Amino acid sequence: DCPGTSSAQAGRAAACQGCPNQRICAGGAAAPDPAEAAELRERLRSVKHTVLVLSGKGGVGKSTFSALLAQGLAADEAKQVALLDIDICGPSIPKMMGLEGEQVHQSGSGWSPVYVEENLGVMSVGFLLSSPDDAVIWRGPKKNGLIKQFLRDVDWGDIDYLIVDTPPGTSDEHLSIVQYLSAAHIDGAVIITTPQEVSLQDVRKEINFCHKVKLPVIGVVENMSGFVCPKCKNESQIFPPTTGGAEKMCQNLNVSLLGKVPLDPQIGKSCDKGQSFLSEAPESPATSSYRNIIQRIQEYCDQRHFQEEKTI
Amino acid sequence: QVGILDVDLCGPSVPRMFGAQDSDVHQCDSGWVPVFVDQEKSISLMSIGFLLEKPDDAVVWRGPKKNALIKQFVADVAWGDLDFLIVDTPPGTSDEHISTVEALRPHKPLGAILVTTPQAVSVGDVRRELTFCKKTGLRVLGIVENMSGFVCPHCSECTNIFSKGGGEELAKHAGVPFLGCVPLDPQLSQSLEEGRDFIQEFPKSSAFPALTRIAQQILDGTSQPSS
Repeated sequence: DCPGTSSAQAGRAAACQGCPNQRICAGGAAAPDPAEAAELRERLRSVKHTVLVLSGKGGVGKSTFSALLAQGLAADEAKQVALLDIDICGPSIPKMMGLEGEQVHQSGSGWSPVYVEENLGVMSVGFLLSSPDDAVIWRGPKKNGLIKQFLRDVDWGDIDYLIVDTPPGTSDEHLSIVQYLSAAHIDGAVIITTPQEVSLQDVRKEINFCHKVKLPVIGVVENMSGFVCPKCKNESQIFPPTTGGAEKMCQNLNVSLLGKVPLDPQIGKSCDKGQSFLSEAPESPATSSYRNIIQRIQEYCDQRHFQEEKTI
Repeated sequence: QVGILDVDLCGPSVPRMFGAQDSDVHQCDSGWVPVFVDQEKSISLMSIGFLLEKPDDAVVWRGPKKNALIKQFVADVAWGDLDFLIVDTPPGTSDEHISTVEALRPHKPLGAILVTTPQAVSVGDVRRELTFCKKTGLRVLGIVENMSGFVCPHCSECTNIFSKGGGEELAKHAGVPFLGCVPLDPQLSQSLEEGRDFIQEFPKSSAFPALTRIAQQILDGTSQPSS
């Protein structure tokens, strides 16, 4: 009489009472109920644009990109930017933003984000951990709960851009963020890859995921795209694009290639120091690539906003 | 005889790295038959990659479903007699990791190898992975510092693209063995993309000495009488 673990009734049917798996099945629960949805919509009403940063594979530079995107957008002091890190097991954003060791404060209006600049606020589970050795060994349902709290209880204020950094994959965190944000609105997703087929293979799955949950794909960023030796200036393809790289994949799947970013040792150094690479290395070819990509994302968001205003 | 169990359910790369991405998994009386990747049948694989209808299909599963499949991968695959079972995991300390450790516990795993890049940001996450190992009673066989330096093939200048030394420092700080630094090696990337046997075909490549040294340390560690 088990309704099946992937059924909508999983954990909730009469037959589930007393089953040892009942909590597990019910815990993976899907969309927020109407009351919760209304609460989230209210909280996120003040957010103009939301961009998810995804990758299929780990280690491709997704968090680095999220941090730089937030920093790039916040360079315009008139814009209010928020960076939400939902990589619960591996929260790198605090370190990359120079906010290691900071804690979250509560106020009457909810949790306060930690501010890097007046116009750039950050939230991450990293701020809730007391030691750099603390591990968050949680199964899906608990992770989902924290993500909901981040959206519901953080007092973001009026924001122009909410950037959401995710862990690699297509699982609990990704389903949850899409479901919880559906109460508000997501402009789209940016997907990060390296030129390798093993990375592209996972990007195709990520694009597939976006289609399944009706999340628009703003485009793909190809990181680690070539390396120019600082001594002899010759270029090496450390991660050879054996199947045509992101360029070919984007052509085949009809998605935008937002840009290609070369390897630059300064990127890692800046991240480790918690500084903005864009400010520290303004002459680097990687900086111009990143800036072009950020501009294209901004243009995409502005266009959608305009289109939506037209239809109201 | 070596088996590789790929529990990265969202991003299964192992089949492609052995050129086995088009293989299928069959059933026999004793369970699922893993995919052999060489003539001598010395390496066998199991991955969700073999179970997908199309390679681009996304596995959009929440934890409970992932846990169930991992249990099956451990219990229902007819591995046969193996000298080593290597389990490749996705990043993190969540469902896949908890379930894998639970499912393997009766089989007394030797321990875990932790891979990091040299950067502080990567090391920062591996510190938490070390805590996971401690909390779940998993012995740490050692830390590998990957992508550690790049030697330009044109002029031999070494550039530390992802910094240097973070993995070694972490091993020292945590009191676990440091297994070595593996440099960035375009031939290694190429070889994996094409499903070739890097160790057999590229013995002169820059990552070869480090990789074989690491393998040797694991073998040496296991040749001692078990307690």
